[in-house]
Amino acid sequence: MERWIRVCRPEDIPRQGARVVQISGGADVAVFRTASDRIFAITDRCPHKGGPLSQGIVFGERVACPLHNWSVELDSGCASAPDEGCVRTFPVKVEAGEVMVDLARAPGTVRDALR
Amino acid sequence: MQSFDPRIYAVGECVNHRGVAYGLVAPLFEMAKVCANHLAHYGIGRYTGSVTSTKLKVTGIDLFSAGDFTGGEGTEEITLSDPVGGVYRKLVLRDDRLIGGVLYGDTVDGAYYYKLLREGRSVAEIRDRLMFGEANLGDAGHLGRNKAASMTDDMEVCGCNGVCKGTIVRAIKDHGLFTLDEVRKTTKASSSCGSCTGLVEQILMAAAGADYSPAPQRKAMCGCTDHTHAEVRRAVREHHLLSIADAMRFLEWRTPTGCASCRPALNYYLLSTWPHEAKDDPQSRFINERAHANIQRNGSFSVIPRMWGGATSAGELRRIADVVDKYRIPTVKVTGGQRLDLLGVKKEDLPGVWRDLGMPSGHAYAKALRTVKTCVGSEWCRFGVQDSTRMGQQLERALWRMYAPHKVKLAVSGCPRNCAESGIKDVGVIGVESGWEIYVAGNGGIKTEVAQFLVKLKTGAEVLEHAGAFLQLYREEGWYLERTVHFVRRVGLDYVKRRVVEDATGRCALHERLLFALDGEPDPWAERAAGADHAQFEPIIAAEPVAV
Repeated sequence: MERWIRVCRPEDIPRQGARVVQISGGADVAVFRTASDRIFAITDRCPHKGGPLSQGIVFGERVACPLHNWSVELDSGCASAPDEGCVRTFPVKVEAGEVMVDLARAPGTVRDALR
Repeated sequence: MQSFDPRIYAVGECVNHRGVAYGLVAPLFEMAKVCANHLAHYGIGRYTGSVTSTKLKVTGIDLFSAGDFTGGEGTEEITLSDPVGGVYRKLVLRDDRLIGGVLYGDTVDGAYYYKLLREGRSVAEIRDRLMFGEANLGDAGHLGRNKAASMTDDMEVCGCNGVCKGTIVRAIKDHGLFTLDEVRKTTKASSSCGSCTGLVEQILMAAAGADYSPAPQRKAMCGCTDHTHAEVRRAVREHHLLSIADAMRFLEWRTPTGCASCRPALNYYLLSTWPHEAKDDPQSRFINERAHANIQRNGSFSVIPRMWGGATSAGELRRIADVVDKYRIPTVKVTGGQRLDLLGVKKEDLPGVWRDLGMPSGHAYAKALRTVKTCVGSEWCRFGVQDSTRMGQQLERALWRMYAPHKVKLAVSGCPRNCAESGIKDVGVIGVESGWEIYVAGNGGIKTEVAQFLVKLKTGAEVLEHAGAFLQLYREEGWYLERTVHFVRRVGLDYVKRRVVEDATGRCALHERLLFALDGEPDPWAERAAGADHAQFEPIIAAEPVAV
């Protein structure tokens, strides 16, 4: 079942930056906007030591964790080599000028379960 | 790598390259890289020769040689010879720089000499102890260990990333690693604070033997470009580059948006070269400089308000106490720089905390002027000969909001007992009966470095001008993340003295440029307490799910 939530307008997220979305009863979600205006949503916890990825420097389609500089890919939610580990990713769409995130259908969950 | 017959390329020990035939594998790899480049019509990379070192094992006898160890015209030799003890060492110097050496019997310092040789830095100051190796240099940091060979596999080499010797040795053997960079990428050893770099190089040398490739002297800023820091700084100045996008386009960056390593550097170079002209890009700053607070391991932040010269008042302390109660701040701690640190503040509380404190930003989160530490000085101390607290406060008021290649710490002591520890600061000032002594390029961090004497001055105004000029020189010519100790080591103390002490007009101009850059710089906390930049401090509360 899909569970889309309205987050904000795309322009509310700084280019090459992120906003934190607090989910009641769940972990924070970081919503990123790249230099080319692509939007991604992933759990706001680095697979390394739980650093808030939303606070990192965004470059290309990756973010550098602010705690120990792990680099996490925004589309897969996985750390770049040699580091290992993934965070959950969420489907994103922009509808009527609003960023929407699907909290239910998370491709990351299947992958996480297999790890 | 093309031979006289353009159809034939050659690498390795069959090649006579500019009169030299290399019998080692490291130069072969360097040649092969260049050769592959040409064959692929990639067009970059030139082979200009290799600096080599080799360590031989001849039935239980250790022999090490590196660089030009035969000496000759214009060189000086230092030798140690103990035929009975079976130890011989010869070091060859030219213009105060190590250019070669031979070690026989005891080669444990080979990696150290090789490093000095490659860095090409002046050994004038350590010349009298040079012969006795790194362990004899009174090194307080753990760089001094040269026990790579005697370490067991389960001993930790890299304290930051928890990498043991065995892991590194295995990675070198399994993946065929030859360079420090490769070891860093594969194992993460030496990739954080860098203080174990010497040790990792020793392990690499021991494990890869003659295959070991030293780190190149010419170092690109990061993987996004082949340009060095020096080249990028020059281009920014000469071509009046004002934005990161302009700089990347002009310098033909390989990646469209750079990386977390080059963007902060570019942002600093633009702002420090063209103050009031270049536009700051907050998204190219580390979170601490974006949020104006220090991120902690649990994602909360710490707040250190500025206390000029380390002095505070009942009013400030009351406000701090009230803020701690109101925002339920779990920890309050006195820092090494004589300030109070409020730890565990939630990001959304930061603007409120700053508003309620009503104190300026301490910039404890920035590559900027941190603190000016002072002793009580002549106002109270029975030994004090100068008013160090007042001098420190004047320096701090003149220099705060000053961004730099790295953090900058000052100290002022009121007498030679030096209770403010001026000897390990970027700029250390020590009061004496007849005036002030200025020391520069000290460091109390990873590797303790004693500050070097720059000049003795009579008045406080002179102290402000000299300290300002020195720091502006560092701001203009330092490389990003280079502390003053590394900057001064690179350019030489003589150069600094010429620019800051001997050239009065130049010093004045440097100081003027610093004042111009700082003029009108706002207090970032006051701005944000008043509502600027509020979005980053406000989390989005998820709305109810939308029916699909």
